[in-house]
Amino acid sequence: MQFSFTAEQEEFRSNLRRFFDDKSPVSTVRRLMATETGWDRTAWQDLNRQLGLTAIHIPEAYGGQGFGFVELGIVLEEMGRALLCAPYFASTVLAATAIVNAGTEAQKRDLLPSIAEGTCIATLAFAEPNGRWDTTGVETMATAEGGRFRLNGVKSFVLDGHSADLVVVLARGQAGLSFFTVPGNAPGLTRRALKVLDPTRKQALLTFQSVEADLLGDEGGADKPFARTMIQAAACLANEMVGGAERLRQSALDYANLRVQFGRSIASFQSMKHKQADMLIDVELAKSAAYAAASAAAEDDPDLPAIASLAKAAASEAYMQTAINTIQIHGGIGFTWDNDTHLWFKRAKSSEVFLGDPAWHREKMMQLWNV
Amino acid sequence: MSEMTEASVRAAVRVWLEANWTVDSGLIEWRNKLIDSGWGVPAWPEAWYGKALPAGLTAVVDEEFQRVGAVGVAKAGIRRLAAATLLAHGTQAQKQQFLRRSLSGEDTWCQLFSEPGSGSDLAGATTKAERKGNRWVVNGQKVWTTSAHHADWGLLLARTDFDVPKHQGLSYFIINMHQSGVDVHPLRQMNGHASFNQVFLTEAEVLPEHLVLDVGRGWAVATTTLMHERREADGVRAWGTASNRPGRIYDEERAENATVMEPYKWYPQRAGRVDLVIERAKAAGVNADPVIRQEIAKLLVLAKSAEWTARRARAAQMQGRPQGPEGSIGKLASSHVARAAARVHTSIAGADVMLMGEDGPMNGLIAEILISVPAGSIAGGTDEIQRNIISERVLEMPKEPRSDNDRPFRDVPKNLV
Repeated sequence: MQFSFTAEQEEFRSNLRRFFDDKSPVSTVRRLMATETGWDRTAWQDLNRQLGLTAIHIPEAYGGQGFGFVELGIVLEEMGRALLCAPYFASTVLAATAIVNAGTEAQKRDLLPSIAEGTCIATLAFAEPNGRWDTTGVETMATAEGGRFRLNGVKSFVLDGHSADLVVVLARGQAGLSFFTVPGNAPGLTRRALKVLDPTRKQALLTFQSVEADLLGDEGGADKPFARTMIQAAACLANEMVGGAERLRQSALDYANLRVQFGRSIASFQSMKHKQADMLIDVELAKSAAYAAASAAAEDDPDLPAIASLAKAAASEAYMQTAINTIQIHGGIGFTWDNDTHLWFKRAKSSEVFLGDPAWHREKMMQLWNV
Repeated sequence: MSEMTEASVRAAVRVWLEANWTVDSGLIEWRNKLIDSGWGVPAWPEAWYGKALPAGLTAVVDEEFQRVGAVGVAKAGIRRLAAATLLAHGTQAQKQQFLRRSLSGEDTWCQLFSEPGSGSDLAGATTKAERKGNRWVVNGQKVWTTSAHHADWGLLLARTDFDVPKHQGLSYFIINMHQSGVDVHPLRQMNGHASFNQVFLTEAEVLPEHLVLDVGRGWAVATTTLMHERREADGVRAWGTASNRPGRIYDEERAENATVMEPYKWYPQRAGRVDLVIERAKAAGVNADPVIRQEIAKLLVLAKSAEWTARRARAAQMQGRPQGPEGSIGKLASSHVARAAARVHTSIAGADVMLMGEDGPMNGLIAEILISVPAGSIAGGTDEIQRNIISERVLEMPKEPRSDNDRPFRDVPKNLV
């Protein structure tokens, strides 16, 4: 496992940070989060064209850059820090990874280049209104009809589901679980933007009424690639979360250094210093777990499933605890809409349960470790 | 060495070990040979038994020693701290007298810093050293002194001036522990062990040439010792395991280790014994209990994250990069792990928590964990002091307002005892 970043990776990180600071200040986040789509196609494509981020972990054979999960983790950590409003987790992390894991050679050649290029925004529709994160929750049905399939059912919590060009759908058929692809504007597909707690990451409810769909990969063969996609996505989300947690921690420290009460900087009170020290520990430990998970994903370590769950649980707890502390340190102003803390607080809360809450991941880890 | 690459260092150590390493050697004889070769302390300067190897390359030397099972210089106990401190601040004569014998293990050391009235506030020491004729004469009391009962020498922090601010009135001495003015009493802890001592100094004498650095600059020297102590804090447990291979030198090393490591034998329990949790849960038949499963999982998440954080810190160090915050939080993270482990062991053991010795789980080992863990968040800098250090040095937050360093030490409020 890799416990440090190379000089090139560090440089990549600082370039990204500068770029996001410049292109996605909080004013931009606030403007985009107020829109229904939640991101701006032209702006995102411009930004992506300069950095090639949507191609980062997609293999070169399919138009990608062929980097690994460590580099993807760096991108996500910096996006989480900036709270960048873009369909990146939906398209690059979830959909592209699912296609890489499940698709046939021909399907990968067909689907991945435009996702890598950023011209096609894809998403993965797997969860349903029952809110379960494993395959037991999949009730959407696929019925074969002359070489093609028809989907019926409801998918929920679909990231950028109302704006995606391509939807990868997990559904149950006679042969078992399969992946399908459906164009975003397919007849019979009704897409409704959900009212979400975290307005910087939009979600949709997708209702499939006899929607024509193409099979992705083997019929009835989605269990393994889906499980693998969820594990890799958990590792990715953990990295995104520690980026947000680090940003909050720094903002809490900056505020404490500015604020004066009782004639002294509140940063000089021991209760504040100790809280900040504890916050540093929370965030650094979670970072270590997230980096370990990215590294394990990059090396396809046999222990990756457990490490990814560990990292997701650690990041969820640390991000939320940091968000709670950051509001507390800001005092009354931290509870206002004008203060930026709530934007990250809401991302922390939403990410805490997305892809499985900490208790669920801890149980998964225990099972994987045969306890 | 003219060029120092990983490959050239590895090759050179290998050649030297092949020509010199033998298990039939006596321990001291071997270590003296090792000290002469420069491979015993390769990061040290060439003038003093080293090879001036950059920090990033010393691990290569360790690896080669481990590969053939070669014994290193004496590392365990306070002598390594004494050696590092004297290398940094000692006079030529002090280095001549003490460095070799500390590395070889012939001299053993103890650290006379803490006092009953100054724990976290070490610079508040009131043990007094006065110049009388051709001697320094020391009076006072030290505490928490590991291995004082068999140490040859002590690293002594004492006050030589009560009329200047506290940090300026301290001096650092090397004191001979074998004299009538030094009285060592074991200190019994709440877990029943007596790993530390109280040391009473009554008209104890120190030779003038055993003052380290200058009068009044003792705090700077003590800081060096403490820095090395903190850096090596994690190493104690590793040094505790001598090789179990056959051979004369291993026999001698095991005997040395048994003495030096005796005070540390409960330290693994102090750290919480996370390694035992899963087997204990299975043995107690509670591993299917969902509440206990969550508790165990939380502990494992914490322990693994702490372990990976330590590895991040080490990786940065190996690359010769400045340590990030990950390097400063290890001690505090270990306290959290130990406390969480004690809670989990409690949940698993249930009513048996009330029993110890042969009546307790694992022949008393679990009880020893529960009554040893409180030491971890105190020894070597309390959790509160660690938080101060992190907030002031890493996060650069303002220091506490103080009322002790702007006036003569004599006028600073002190403990009554």
